[in-house]
Amino acid sequence: MKNYSSLYRFFNRKSTVGVVMCLPFIIGFCLFLAVPMGISLYYSFCEYNILSPARFTGGGNYIKMFTGDKTFWRAVKATFYFAFVSVPLRLIFALAVALILFKQTKMTGVYRAVYYLPSILGGSVAVSILWKRMFAADGVVNILLNSMGMDIHFNWLGNTKTAIWTLVLLSVWQFGSSMLIFLSSMKQISGELYEAAEVDGAGGAKKFFSITLPLLTPTIFFNLIIQLIGGFLAFTQSFIITQGKPMDSTLFYALYMYQQTFTFSNAGYGSAMAWVMLVFIGIMTWVLFKTKKFWVYDQG
Amino acid sequence: MLVFSFGMLMLYPLFWMLMSSFKDSNTIFTTAGQLIPRTFTLENYVNGWRGFGNVSFRTFFGNSLFIAFFATAGTLISSALVAYSFARCEFKGSALLFAAMLASMMLPGQILMVPQYLWYRKLGWVGGFAPLIVPYWFAIQGFFVYLMRNFIDGIPKDLDEAAQIDGCSYYAIFTRIILPLMRPAFVTSGIFSFIWRWDDFMSALLYINKTALYPVALALKLFADPSSSSDYGAMFAMAALSLVPVVLIFFVFQRQLVEGIASSGIKG
Repeated sequence: MKNYSSLYRFFNRKSTVGVVMCLPFIIGFCLFLAVPMGISLYYSFCEYNILSPARFTGGGNYIKMFTGDKTFWRAVKATFYFAFVSVPLRLIFALAVALILFKQTKMTGVYRAVYYLPSILGGSVAVSILWKRMFAADGVVNILLNSMGMDIHFNWLGNTKTAIWTLVLLSVWQFGSSMLIFLSSMKQISGELYEAAEVDGAGGAKKFFSITLPLLTPTIFFNLIIQLIGGFLAFTQSFIITQGKPMDSTLFYALYMYQQTFTFSNAGYGSAMAWVMLVFIGIMTWVLFKTKKFWVYDQG
Repeated sequence: MLVFSFGMLMLYPLFWMLMSSFKDSNTIFTTAGQLIPRTFTLENYVNGWRGFGNVSFRTFFGNSLFIAFFATAGTLISSALVAYSFARCEFKGSALLFAAMLASMMLPGQILMVPQYLWYRKLGWVGGFAPLIVPYWFAIQGFFVYLMRNFIDGIPKDLDEAAQIDGCSYYAIFTRIILPLMRPAFVTSGIFSFIWRWDDFMSALLYINKTALYPVALALKLFADPSSSSDYGAMFAMAALSLVPVVLIFFVFQRQLVEGIASSGIKG
């Protein structure tokens, strides 16, 4: 009886309960995150085509990636271009629309829904195949432009300069969720600040640049990091809409990683690419955090 | 006015797809300038529904529903347990684990694409639904744990203490006090999880190789393949249909979606 009750007490101790309840995450973290990443770290030093056993080659994959693989660098270039153009554009758009909607009162709810809908649908395959048909030479974009009097038979997806912009547009089109985040942050800014500014004779622009924008910088900072990381690993859009074409101008990093692993059966190389991206994301996040003190308003 | 026309422009592609799906398939591009079809036809839906080979979209929708439902159920249950542990039952190392969870939240699934594939292959999971469902029973999406933990933090601790005085164990506090109060967090998490699982294309692409097991997202891609006959009417019809569950959720749970995004400050 005594043993039973001490066992009972052990299992009801706060810390035991904490561990027990946390078990799904502990197991999941090891099994579905740490172990796969660990295995792939090993494979990244191997030549491995999945079907036959891995052969250790040292840093071969990494050396090839940085010195011998032109396609890799084209993928890096396309990915950087996409992420550094689409993410700031989307955030600026989200902020601008949030500012407009913040003033309105009656219809704000409806517009909020209208602008948000694309973000919730945009990641789907359905929208990707729609996009592909919209920007084809005989697609609806050209037909609409022609009906406005222009004579255009341009294949937007077939040109190295425009193909990536169709993907940027698809990404900016989904600004709605960032807009909602900005709207909710703006609601938390105290009205007294604006009243005080008005007493001092500040106009709309002045109020925006000295109150709204500084107080939104923590939100902007956080979303910038999350969305840049997402942008670096964009996959579905380029996989379905452009397949990296033309001339690798839309060959995103994740797509090239996929091709190396599954099309060319270079799982070792694909693993190395995953690790390079992981390290890069780590460094970039660290650097962005270092720049924080220069432009992010500290609420403390 | 500007806001209105801009909003219309944003939704135009979606309207266009919906309307095109009711047009006669070979007039879609010749009449692409007109939004409203001259005659409405359901022919595209009938043709599209037939699917590929002997597999109809009934199967594809069934597969998607199955995956999204069970992955979401797993996410909700496991995330709630873990969130309770982080919020109420600190133990040695729980702060560290919480930090690990926040860090894993920043990692997009694509970076794990190759590592997880190699690992699931070793486990013999490739070719079935397991990689699309089982991991979600282990709270691997930090976003939901984070959201639920914040929610539990908002529940007054007095309730716990009162229950403890009445003789409740920590487990009983969870099941009798916390869980019933967590309904709003479950609704928000449930709809996000369902939408994300429904739309998940990449894992299906990696792990599902039999047409009979395809979810809708993967089946739609067959329309876009250069090898398949390009029946654009059927493609748009099925694409539009694939968006229906998400659009329905959007209209029914709009408030929860908006609040979920606003309060967590991320994603969507």
